[in-house]
Formats: sequence, structure tokens, C-alpha cells
Amino acid sequence: MGQRVYIGGAAGFAGDRTDAAGPLVEALSKADGPRFLMFETLAERTLALSQLERRRDPARGYNPALERFITPILKRCLTANIRIVGNFGAANPKAAALRIQAIAHEQGVRPPRIAVVEGDDLTGVLSVQELAARETGGVLLRTAREIVAANLYLGAQPIAEALDQGADIVVTGRVVDSALALGPLVHAFHWRWDDWDKLAAGTLAGHLLECGAQVTGGYFADPGVKDVPGLAEAGYPLAEIDANGGIVIGKPAGTGGRVDRQTVIEQILYEIHDPAAYLVPDVVLDLSDVTVEETGRDRVRVSGARGHPAPETLKATVCVDAGVLGEAEISYAGPNAVGRARLAAEVVRDRLATRAPDLQFRVDAIGVASIFGNDGGALQRPWGDASDVRLRFSARGAKPEDVRMLLDEVEALYCAGPAGGAGVRRHVTPRLASASCLIERKFARPRVSMIEAPA
Amino acid sequence: MSKVRLRDVVNARAGDKGNRLNLAVVCRDPQSYAAVARALTVEMVAAIFVSRRPAKVVRYDLPKLAAFNFVLDDVLEGGVNSSLGLDGHGKSLSFLLLDAEVEIAATK
Repeated sequence: MGQRVYIGGAAGFAGDRTDAAGPLVEALSKADGPRFLMFETLAERTLALSQLERRRDPARGYNPALERFITPILKRCLTANIRIVGNFGAANPKAAALRIQAIAHEQGVRPPRIAVVEGDDLTGVLSVQELAARETGGVLLRTAREIVAANLYLGAQPIAEALDQGADIVVTGRVVDSALALGPLVHAFHWRWDDWDKLAAGTLAGHLLECGAQVTGGYFADPGVKDVPGLAEAGYPLAEIDANGGIVIGKPAGTGGRVDRQTVIEQILYEIHDPAAYLVPDVVLDLSDVTVEETGRDRVRVSGARGHPAPETLKATVCVDAGVLGEAEISYAGPNAVGRARLAAEVVRDRLATRAPDLQFRVDAIGVASIFGNDGGALQRPWGDASDVRLRFSARGAKPEDVRMLLDEVEALYCAGPAGGAGVRRHVTPRLASASCLIERKFARPRVSMIEAPA
Repeated sequence: MSKVRLRDVVNARAGDKGNRLNLAVVCRDPQSYAAVARALTVEMVAAIFVSRRPAKVVRYDLPKLAAFNFVLDDVLEGGVNSSLGLDGHGKSLSFLLLDAEVEIAATK
């Protein structure tokens, strides 16, 4: 049978449940083999937002939920030798490591060895012009005023290295999500960095774990068609991987959710482009021959991942300031709600047509037509006879003043629009735009450093 | 041949990368794979998403999973960073697909 490695996927995005790790830690502490807990909390724009926060306060810039993710499970992980790997370092992995060290001190547990992985930040390595020359497809960076964040997707090597050095906890910034699992697997099994099929299997394991509950019944339920038992207490995924790259996906005993062929395949293909060529820094994963097999209740074996040599270039995400999004909403309910709401939308449209003719805006009728349409807006379509309609207006601009006129007009419907308009809400949100760049490997300089116990 | 709603035969999950949407489509009964493959063509998916004016639609076939991956370019109104709509990720769009009807040979 051979040794198995156990990895729990405790978070799939920055805002994920902070109590999901508990049942995983409970299950991992009983597992017979090396065990790891991974936290994926760093979507594309999350890092740029963290960068902005670090500029305001150099001691921050890591995932704001770090304390809530770590505090409940740190002691148990350290005593049960469950090693933690997370990209919750975001724009400031060192500060996150120091924070975890402080939590350990507060809890009176043994001081953990915490490794910090850095080297993903490209600001200071490549200029705006150099990044613009490497942008794929788009033209965003050519006219960009200022770069908010530019980060390379690092691979699994620095994570494996940190674990080789004995880290209890590995804190990273931008790494490819699946590397949070591949790093521990390479460390535990001593896979070679050119053993492409194994690296592919480890990447697939990571891909299945990196979105948390999305493989265990989360984001799946459609009552009466696709039912998920105990969704409110869905377990997060627990993967068992053997030295040959065989994967079994399950979840902790006593949790809700569902793991079967259907939930697993939906996640295998999540955010995939060409299934024969899923590019990560360490390997090209080919899903063409992957098969799934239900081997027991809430247990699915996943096999057949193939790997091809790692790509020549690495992906980087570059975020730039993209002005603001302004949104305002107002509700109409009861008899002729549709007629009054339509009239309200027409009043705003007609007033802006003469007063702010350059302002492009969109109208949605929430509950009637707001999601599947396009920016042409809901006014082109019939609204039926709904009796509860919430109008939503939106516009973008470089500055808040650019969208204020729209928001003011919606608010003015209170007194000057059709009868019964209610519940106005308005807000302006700063926006970031992101571009993808392909970067030569020579610019990737991952660094691993260890935060030791304070003297 | 009979008309069935896609929701009755397949599952679907949407994902995004910038202004590009992917729709994972999984046959609930693997036996229906060939029939779905004949019915759910690139042209048909392009027609379902016509209001979003896709620049390109590609279907990748995964017979061993009884699944397909559709990739639709430029259908997210600029994507999550610039869309004026509520769902810039396009996460809800799997249900736009599932609501469509297809001509399909009965499998059972």
C-alpha cells in the first residue's frame, strides 16, 4: 500500500468560512501519515487590495481574516504535527508570519517554525514599460497610470524547500493555488522536479482542494435536481495521496455535504480552459485521461493525470487603478410596481440624456431582469407583472464625481419620481483592473526565510 | 428524438478568467454522453449566449468523464474588473445554459 499523505483544504477564498478547518484538523490528527492543512485565500484582486493596505500600514497587508483562520486550530496542529501551508501572507507574508508567532505566544503553545516564501512581487524588478511589453492580449498596461500590484505566480519549489527545512507553517504570497498541495507532496514523497506525471497528479490534487467546499457539495445544490445533505455544515475536502500520485477525495466524518462523481467532475473542470494543457509553474497538467471512481460513501478516487514539461514562462497578474463603480438602487412594490419602476428608470434616463449626455450607465430590474442580460440593460426587455421590483443603476468613472450625477438622480426619485419609491441605497466602490503577463523565468527569485522563536 | 431541458440531463458550473467564461458540463448519466455530444454543439451554445456576443466558442470533449468544457471568449461585459452588471464573474451563467432545450435521443 505504501505511505499516504493527507491534505485538508480548509479555505477556498479570502472570505471563506473560518470554522471549516476544525473538522479537518480533527480528521487529520487521526490520519496515519504526514498531514497538512492548506489555506487558499488569495484571488486575483485580493492581493492588490492587500498591497493597498500594506501601503497604508506596513505591518498589515496579509489576509485580514488570518487571526480567525489560525487561532482556533494552531494549538491542535502543532501538537498533532499537522503542518500548515497558506497563501494568506498576501502582500506581506513576513508580517503574517510574525502575527502567527504572536498568536502562538498568546496561546502559550510551543513556538512554531514559520517559513516565509517571498519573491513573487515584481514591482522593483520590472518597470511598467517592461511589464506592458509582456502583457498577453490586452492593452491595459500601455496606458496605465500607476501599478498597484504586480505579482508572479510562484510554484511549489519554495514551499517544498521550506518544509524540507522543517517548517511547521509555510506562509506565502502569490503562488499558484495548487502549489499549496504540490509543495507538501514533493516534500513528503521526494518526487523529482521532472517527474511530470507525478507533478501533474499533485497539481490535480491541489486543484481539487483549492476551492474548499466546491468539491464536497458546495456550489452544487439545486434542490430536487441536485440535492446536498447537510449543506449548512458541509465538510471541507480531505485528500489522501499515495506515492504514485493516486488521489482519493473525501471529507471528515460527521460533516454534511456530498462527495461523488458529479461534485468531483464539476470541480475538476472549474476555471479550466484547455483541459489538455492546464499551465502551472511546475508542470503542464493534461486532464484528457483523468477518470473518477466512487469507492465508498463520500469517497472518490481520481486517477490518470498526465504531465508535460513545465512552461517556459510564468504568469503574473498586474493590477492597476481602474477608477470607481457607482451604484444606486430603489424599490417599487405592490400594484403596478413594474409600471412605476419602468417610469422611474425612464425619468433618470431622460434627465441624464440632457444633463450628462456622456455618462454611460446600466439599468437592472432586480427580480425581473438583472443577471443574464447585457450592459444594454433591462429597459429593452418586457418585465412581466412582478409586484416587487428593485431598480439598480450603475456607472463607472475615473473619479467619484464622474458617477455622482447618476447617484443623485436616483436619490431624487424619492420626492420627484413615481409614487411609492423606497429604500434608496447608493455607494461608490474603487475598482482595480488586472492584466496578465508572461514573464521569463530568470525574473523569478523565490526566497525562503525562517522566522525562529523569539529569544 | 425528444426535446429535453438541459437541466434534466446535465450539470453545469461556470468559471471565469478575465473576460472569458468556462462552462463545465457534466452528464448526470454517463450513458447519455454521446447523445449530449450530438445535441450540445458549439453553434447551439453560441446561440444561447447571443446577447453577450461571444467572440469565440470552443468545446473540449472529455469522454472519460462524460463531460465537456465550453470556453466562451469576451462574454463577461469586460469581466469582474469592469462590468457594470451585478455578476461580473458570470457565475450565474451556468443556469442560462441549463435552461436551454435540446433535441436528444432518449437514453433509457
